[in-house]
Amino acid sequence: MSGYRLPAGGRIDRAAPLDFTFDGRAYRGFAGDNLASALVASGQMLFGRSFKYHRPRGILGMGTEEPNALVTVDRGATAPGWGRATPNLRAPSVALYQGLNAQSQNRFPSLRFDLGAVNDRLGALFPAGFYNKTFMWPRSAWEKLYEPAIRRMAGLGASPTTRDPDHYDATYAHCEVLVVGGGLAGIEAALSAAQDGGRVILIDEQDELGGGALADRALWGELADKTMALRRLGNVTVLTRTTAFGYYHQNFVGAVEQLTDHLAPEQAKGARERLWRIRAGEVVLAQGAIERPLVFDGNDVPGVMLSSAGRTLAVRYGVAVGRAVAVMAVHDSGWRDAMAMKAAGVGVVAVIDLRSDVAPDLVAAARAAGIALHLGHAVTSVSGRHGVSGVTFAANGTGHAQQLAVDALLMAGGWTPTVHLWSHAKGSLRWDADWGAYLPDVAQENCRAVGAGAGAWDMGSGLALGTLPGPKPIWQTKAFVDFQNDVKARDIDLAVREGMRSIEHIKRYTTNGMATDQGKTSNLNGLQIASGSLAKPVTDIGLTTFRPPYTPQTFGALMGHHKDALFQPIRKTVIDGWAADHGAVFENVAQWRRARYFPQGSEDMHAAVARECLAVRERVGMFDASTLGKIEVVGPDAAEFLNRMYTNPWKALQPGRCRYGLLLREDGFITDDGVSARLAPDRFHLTTTTGGAARVLAMMEDYLQTEWSDLDVWLTSTTEQWAVIAVQGPLARAVIAPLVEGIDLSPSAFPHMAIREGRICGVPTRLFRVSFTGELGFEVNVPAEHGRMVWQAIHAAGQAHGITPYGTETMHVLRAEKGYVIVGQDTDGTLTPDDAGMAWAVGTKKPDFVGKRSLSRPDMAAPGRKQLVGLLTEDPQDVLEEGAQIVADPDQPVPMTMLGHVTSSYHSATLGRSIAMAVIADGRARDGQVIHVPMPGRTIRARVTASTVFYDPEGSRLDV
Amino acid sequence: MLLIHCPYCEEDRPEVEFVYGGEAHIARPLDPAALSDEDWEHYLYIRRNPRGRHHERWRHTHGCGRFFNAVRDTVSDRFEQTYKAGEPRR
Ligand SMILES: [Zn+2]
Repeated sequence: MSGYRLPAGGRIDRAAPLDFTFDGRAYRGFAGDNLASALVASGQMLFGRSFKYHRPRGILGMGTEEPNALVTVDRGATAPGWGRATPNLRAPSVALYQGLNAQSQNRFPSLRFDLGAVNDRLGALFPAGFYNKTFMWPRSAWEKLYEPAIRRMAGLGASPTTRDPDHYDATYAHCEVLVVGGGLAGIEAALSAAQDGGRVILIDEQDELGGGALADRALWGELADKTMALRRLGNVTVLTRTTAFGYYHQNFVGAVEQLTDHLAPEQAKGARERLWRIRAGEVVLAQGAIERPLVFDGNDVPGVMLSSAGRTLAVRYGVAVGRAVAVMAVHDSGWRDAMAMKAAGVGVVAVIDLRSDVAPDLVAAARAAGIALHLGHAVTSVSGRHGVSGVTFAANGTGHAQQLAVDALLMAGGWTPTVHLWSHAKGSLRWDADWGAYLPDVAQENCRAVGAGAGAWDMGSGLALGTLPGPKPIWQTKAFVDFQNDVKARDIDLAVREGMRSIEHIKRYTTNGMATDQGKTSNLNGLQIASGSLAKPVTDIGLTTFRPPYTPQTFGALMGHHKDALFQPIRKTVIDGWAADHGAVFENVAQWRRARYFPQGSEDMHAAVARECLAVRERVGMFDASTLGKIEVVGPDAAEFLNRMYTNPWKALQPGRCRYGLLLREDGFITDDGVSARLAPDRFHLTTTTGGAARVLAMMEDYLQTEWSDLDVWLTSTTEQWAVIAVQGPLARAVIAPLVEGIDLSPSAFPHMAIREGRICGVPTRLFRVSFTGELGFEVNVPAEHGRMVWQAIHAAGQAHGITPYGTETMHVLRAEKGYVIVGQDTDGTLTPDDAGMAWAVGTKKPDFVGKRSLSRPDMAAPGRKQLVGLLTEDPQDVLEEGAQIVADPDQPVPMTMLGHVTSSYHSATLGRSIAMAVIADGRARDGQVIHVPMPGRTIRARVTASTVFYDPEGSRLDV
Repeated sequence: MLLIHCPYCEEDRPEVEFVYGGEAHIARPLDPAALSDEDWEHYLYIRRNPRGRHHERWRHTHGCGRFFNAVRDTVSDRFEQTYKAGEPRR
């Protein structure tokens, strides 16, 4: 027990006590506390176990830099299955509220007695590069043994396993000036920017403005005045509890505002967090600076922390880190902290400084405050395991050792300006020897840095060094550099001795700076140590790249409203409601919701599809084809344009007739298909696949705008304008005849692949006589607003003929029986028309069309290409799995030579057996051969058929 | 997110309204049949991929729908200028 609440002082509200629990134990803090300050005030110095060695750890810092004190906060379950636990929160960043429930992490079974701590005793087993060197082979041992064990032993908090019940807001904002960081420098920048009258946004991650000034009583008056002045300005928006996590192109900054996490769950209303996307004319970065730890043996014992943390606890929170506190400084700021703490009532007993020549005024002031001074000395070891019980120090770390009984040791290692966002925006950095750190140099955006983050703040002077001098060789020390990833000075030294030269390599080999804190306290120390080991200046080693996010953010905040129904829009046809009313089972195709089948009674899919298929073959069925992509192509050059786009000839197509079009990419591979109709010399009604509509329109626009801008053609997407009802089967004509006006439906007047315009059910229609089933068929296009009415009228008129609604599954079976391909299922972007057995669709006499030149490249005609063929299993009841691989000899050694794969496979009720299509190398030449489909536990034999047409090969059923 | 100036709308609009269209000023040959296999391969697949100034196509898909050309620095991602399709390389 070392920390305690001072009798007075701090910015907390001592009249507002708050009860909370940590690892199930009850504690009390005050309003204005955070979890770390309240626990230290209660004497709790142990916060967690380290990542790799399970060493006991306390807090290191009191800001976002904190690497050790990661906790899980459980905001409770207000409904079954609700999960409000957030792991890996930094205790100093968790605002205290009544009933807060926090747990430590990475310990088993308890924080004080942790079985994993044996890793610390076995530390020699876990040197730098351990993972790279040890767990190479065998692979199975990695998957089954090493990885699960390491994950269990060396982990952060557990992620929630239930659904996040909270919702998250998102907004855009625009401003003339965005200031990131609400310390005095940021506040002044915002006040000054506001004078021009433009919109100013000031962002700060803490719950009150002030930054470093909050830990300096002398600045509280100025801070209060300036904060008040800021709040009076109508053109300034102040966002506290808001973290600017990323700085992107053209002054676009992403920030997350915490809205409710600082409130007790029962008081939290509305969204939990809000994502701000801010576009600013100018960005002012006032991010401040982060204090550097010192690297020496035992610098991670709980109770050893940054000097700034001790000062912040004392001045801002009225908390003493210990009853006898020593400061180990190499920087003036440690002296100032010592005196500020002393003034706040903390028992600061000694300042130890490696420097012999400290500014006389500091020395005099410390002496006057009754603090013992040890100049030219360094701490060489720390006693205590779960908390500091004393320190050993010596002249320059190597001379005569002295002991000092203290219960807290503060480290003043100098300051690192926070340049993360500056670097996100590709601003360059320059090395500053006085700061011993990189400072912002040349901006790439309209951006400037101010305050400590720009090096423009008087922090005093000091040394920048890798490790404190000590009596032990580096490889015998446990001197930590990266506390969160458990990287020691000796690991970096080892990496250099093993040949790593660039800091990027050293970082990855040691994992220094790769934890969730992104090396906020470790990067510069790591660089200094590598510099020493390599005997090269720091500037020759390079600096690793800073990337967003500045601090970890929740997935919820980044997702915002894009979840559930808003994750991806579901498109529904005008007939969707009817299908739902009639028990349809749906599937999603592209973004469309489509009826897959219409089960009756207790039918399963197999039974329903068999019934629907037979109905179409024997009588008549109806199908909602509204999702087909549709493009209206209009203009004097419309035919010329289509002639250049599609493989087949279009110019001779007569108005009133339809044509199947095959569309290639310029590389010669099939990308889409569809039946299109010529309505007039200058007007076509194109259809595309359901999934390809937008892609085809974009491709056509591209050619029209950029290659053939001389053509006089307009393209309009009409997918949603037309409802399409396919009426298919031998009785199709009889069903629609009574409903149609103005169109002669007789076979001679209205042949297969024709279009007529007229009326149906009293509304205009473009009536196609087309078939994707192999039966007599019509596709009734009506304006979408009439689609459901016409669907219902056809359904009613069809009752006398036994009309059966069918879904996409039946559509797939019927077209497969006829060998009609589905682009994207039977083709995969590597099939030419000839590969797909559709050489007939290529107008070889045309001088050019998109993709034509590619078809004559040598590889496009080379033997061995995969070709689309039919497959009939030897056992007619075996239905192959789509995607299954095909081999010639199932007894060959693994890995087998794959000939191709199954693309479509169904049970055909009409044929009383299974049918399949497949792409197989030289498939058509294998007509009649038996191939093999290896499946788990057995191999299925099937016979290749060069033709994919399994039903009515003559097409006589269309010709009625 | 980038801000892109559409030369047709004459406005800076956010990147989400646009679709990237690959390297610009690669005209489709007027008579592809006259090209050797090598020349056709070059047209189809070979791109400059420069470090620095890159001439590229963008389409203002969720706006005016027009294709245009842009000069973007591939190191800084900074747009130097945009201009209408059909105008000479800048
Ligand atoms: Zn535009």
